[in-house]
Amino acid sequence: MEILEEKKNKNRKYTPILNRIREWPVYQLSKNRKEFVEEVAQKSFERMMELRPTRKQLIDELEATVYREQNRIKRNRWRVDPKDESRFWASVKQELVELSASQDETSKKPEELAKRIVQRYAGEIAGNFKPNSYRVTRAIVKFWFTRLLNGARVKKFGAFFRNRYTLRDKIHIVGKVKMLRKLAQQGTVVMVPTHFSNLDSILIGWVIHSLGLPAFIYGAGLNLFNIKIFAYFMNSLGAYKVDRRKKNLPYLETLKMYSNLAIQKGAHSLFFPGGTRSRSGMIEKQLKLGLLSTAIEAQRNLYLENESPDVRKIFIVPVTLNYHFVLEAPDLIEEYLQVKGQDRYFPEQEKYGSFQLIKFLFKFFTKGSSISVSIGAGLDVLGNYVDQNGQSLDASGRVIDPREYFISSGAVTVDKQREDEYTRMLSQKIVHEYHRINRVFASHVAAFVAFEMWQKKHPKLDLFSLLRLPEEELELEYEEFRDTFKRVRKHLYKLKEERKVNHATHLKGEIDLVIKRGLDNVGIFHLKRPLLRNKKGKIVTQDLSTLYYYHNRLVGYDLEPLI
Amino acid sequence: MTLNPSSEKPAGVIGAGSFGTAIANIIALNRPVLLYARDAQVAERINRTRENRGQKLHDNVTAINSLEHLAATCDVIFPMVPSQHFRAMMRNLAPHLHPYHILIHGIKGFDIQLPEGETLQSMETLSRARVKTMSEVIREESVVVRIGCLAGPNLARELAQRQPGATVVASHFKEVIQTGKRLLRNDRFQVYENADIVGVEIAGVLKNIIAIASGALSGLGYGENAKGLLISRGAVEMVYLGRALGGDTRAFLGVAGIGDLVTTCNSPMSRNFSVGYRLAKGESLAQILASMEEVAEGVHTVQIAKKCADHYKVRALVTDRLYKVLFDGMTVEEALDFLMRFPLSADIDFI
Repeated sequence: MEILEEKKNKNRKYTPILNRIREWPVYQLSKNRKEFVEEVAQKSFERMMELRPTRKQLIDELEATVYREQNRIKRNRWRVDPKDESRFWASVKQELVELSASQDETSKKPEELAKRIVQRYAGEIAGNFKPNSYRVTRAIVKFWFTRLLNGARVKKFGAFFRNRYTLRDKIHIVGKVKMLRKLAQQGTVVMVPTHFSNLDSILIGWVIHSLGLPAFIYGAGLNLFNIKIFAYFMNSLGAYKVDRRKKNLPYLETLKMYSNLAIQKGAHSLFFPGGTRSRSGMIEKQLKLGLLSTAIEAQRNLYLENESPDVRKIFIVPVTLNYHFVLEAPDLIEEYLQVKGQDRYFPEQEKYGSFQLIKFLFKFFTKGSSISVSIGAGLDVLGNYVDQNGQSLDASGRVIDPREYFISSGAVTVDKQREDEYTRMLSQKIVHEYHRINRVFASHVAAFVAFEMWQKKHPKLDLFSLLRLPEEELELEYEEFRDTFKRVRKHLYKLKEERKVNHATHLKGEIDLVIKRGLDNVGIFHLKRPLLRNKKGKIVTQDLSTLYYYHNRLVGYDLEPLI
Repeated sequence: MTLNPSSEKPAGVIGAGSFGTAIANIIALNRPVLLYARDAQVAERINRTRENRGQKLHDNVTAINSLEHLAATCDVIFPMVPSQHFRAMMRNLAPHLHPYHILIHGIKGFDIQLPEGETLQSMETLSRARVKTMSEVIREESVVVRIGCLAGPNLARELAQRQPGATVVASHFKEVIQTGKRLLRNDRFQVYENADIVGVEIAGVLKNIIAIASGALSGLGYGENAKGLLISRGAVEMVYLGRALGGDTRAFLGVAGIGDLVTTCNSPMSRNFSVGYRLAKGESLAQILASMEEVAEGVHTVQIAKKCADHYKVRALVTDRLYKVLFDGMTVEEALDFLMRFPLSADIDFI
């Protein structure tokens, strides 16, 4: 298998924008951890009082929270959960019972309880960035990646200890890198990447470091902290903990407040706004608005507190991660089809073990299959593009002041409904940007073309019936495939000119070679290859569902009529 | 920015047609109004005579001729120009607009963007990518995001006479709806709220089609049965088309849908109605349009709606026949004959 070379590989090393870790916002945050947690708790408490203004509403909310928490403790306990949990909630419940028994309508008891709960949550959520372990982690990751790359690529004794290849040869960072670095110096960056694979968090962490940016804070699922070694790394990287089991109001408000205040204090942040990994393989269309709204709220608060024109600005930077191969693809698409198809889909059983994981990692480092990370243009919290100096621009390039979006009758005001609407607009803009900066690989086109051709050959079959066809019955003549591939590629060029999509440089060039690259790389390490050429030279598949997954990457560009 | 709270700031109205003038007079009961006229002489005449389009002007209304002045003075602006000129007007206005502005338009028409060299006639079908509502044009052309729309049974002449009436203000933003209400409401004018701005806009546009058809029935001398048939079936057609274009069914059942539909279909005063009426009397479309002082949005709308229906494969019989009458030389009688023979069964199947 040949290694895919990217022309114009501009991957170079970037110098850090802030030299000393002590200057990093995330460090400042952790140094004053206690005060910060206290502030989060106080503000979350105030927010709760706004949302549940009457005594009765507050008590109802507290009762619901206790009920849910006790249920969770009974049904679903994790190793990371604090030991005193049951005791804590039992005591809250006890006090609520006493409260309803007493006739005293004036006691401050409900407020006190609410305060105690959010305080507890704020402490649970808060991250614990330690400069020393950050350095250690960074060194470990770098050391092993380099060993793996060199040992595997250069087949000579001693190569293991060479530093000829680094991760930068494997991962291509393209797009608005310079701008991102500038914006991170002028304001607070909220990075919002697409989410396809569990590898994403590690990858993004590496990208941030290698671009010379200070560590970002990000919400990591609490489940990851169950594993001690992970917990160590996560803590060191400035992660705060998100517990997806807890859906109660005090928790969600505290979580949002944490993010909101951290952003206000200038900590660069990272969200995966899709929420979880894309199950279908499509680029996210619906984003989770909760965390996104904290960026808007933070910006409004900064404007509210500061009348002067040089308020610290918050920049949204969309990022797409582009893979030839997603390890979890077969599982993800299966989940997706099960949910979507209900009883029309019969999954085939076959699971990956940890051996496959190791095998994958080895293959990943030894063979081709590059990954590319596209950094999008910076946006303000309303979704307007900003220039190199962080100034917001309207469609015609006029400089505008985002403060004015929050102005009513001449003054900055707080209007929750308005900001909800702004959040929705921002999320649409981010989705739009994802499609625009998405970097199409030859393998994506191959998967798309093949799947759509099969769909077209069976126009009467719906998706589920099509997926149920025996793979042996599916064959495409190479010539026909080639012509269609060419047509789609030509259209992609056109879309690129219209700035509606981006593509890897390897998509250009002699068509047979490009197709070969595509076929060689679609889901390259799956046990059953989603697409390949058989001995007779025809295009066949071993796993149509997984092919469907990779095909989905190009859904949403209206390419279907070209097939 | 001045320290004046905006409750003291004047509101702006763009377009000194009969509807623009009527709305300016209504707002004037609550607030000073700047009324923009494209023609400097018209603005001057309005200020001198205190009269426009047969309506006496409220003392609070001042006519002006500068969009820049309008945008600098007013936080809330009501654009009321015909849909064909709307985008051009927005392009002139946009450089003066800021994100704090609120725009509430009252235009019942679509904007279309065609590929170069094409005309509306030459396009086979039209997709939503080419057909925009006015709120979408505002978003595309300016930084303004707080956008609302006015729709409902608002015959300019009746509004001018202070007859009872109602309107619906639709917006994604509660703030915009409340602002619209504060400015428009008075003891003779009720204001309803709706969050589905696109649905309300589309309802307001599509009813013009049925209004032309209603005029045609009237012109043929038919009575109330025929009209009842047309209005009820027309409403169903609006729902189908509207949903294909991105509106929600509910918007079509409210003031902006049924309310406006019944009004225009019964109103010989309305421009769209009179187009249909005169067609049935045997005049040609060209003759009719040449003799009209203001634009009948419906004619334009029929063309667009027919091509959208074709694109989204929605069955829209009235629209389709009306298109043939207006542009393909079919007579009103032939169209009616076709509709009466067409085999249909279900009355309502969308709720």
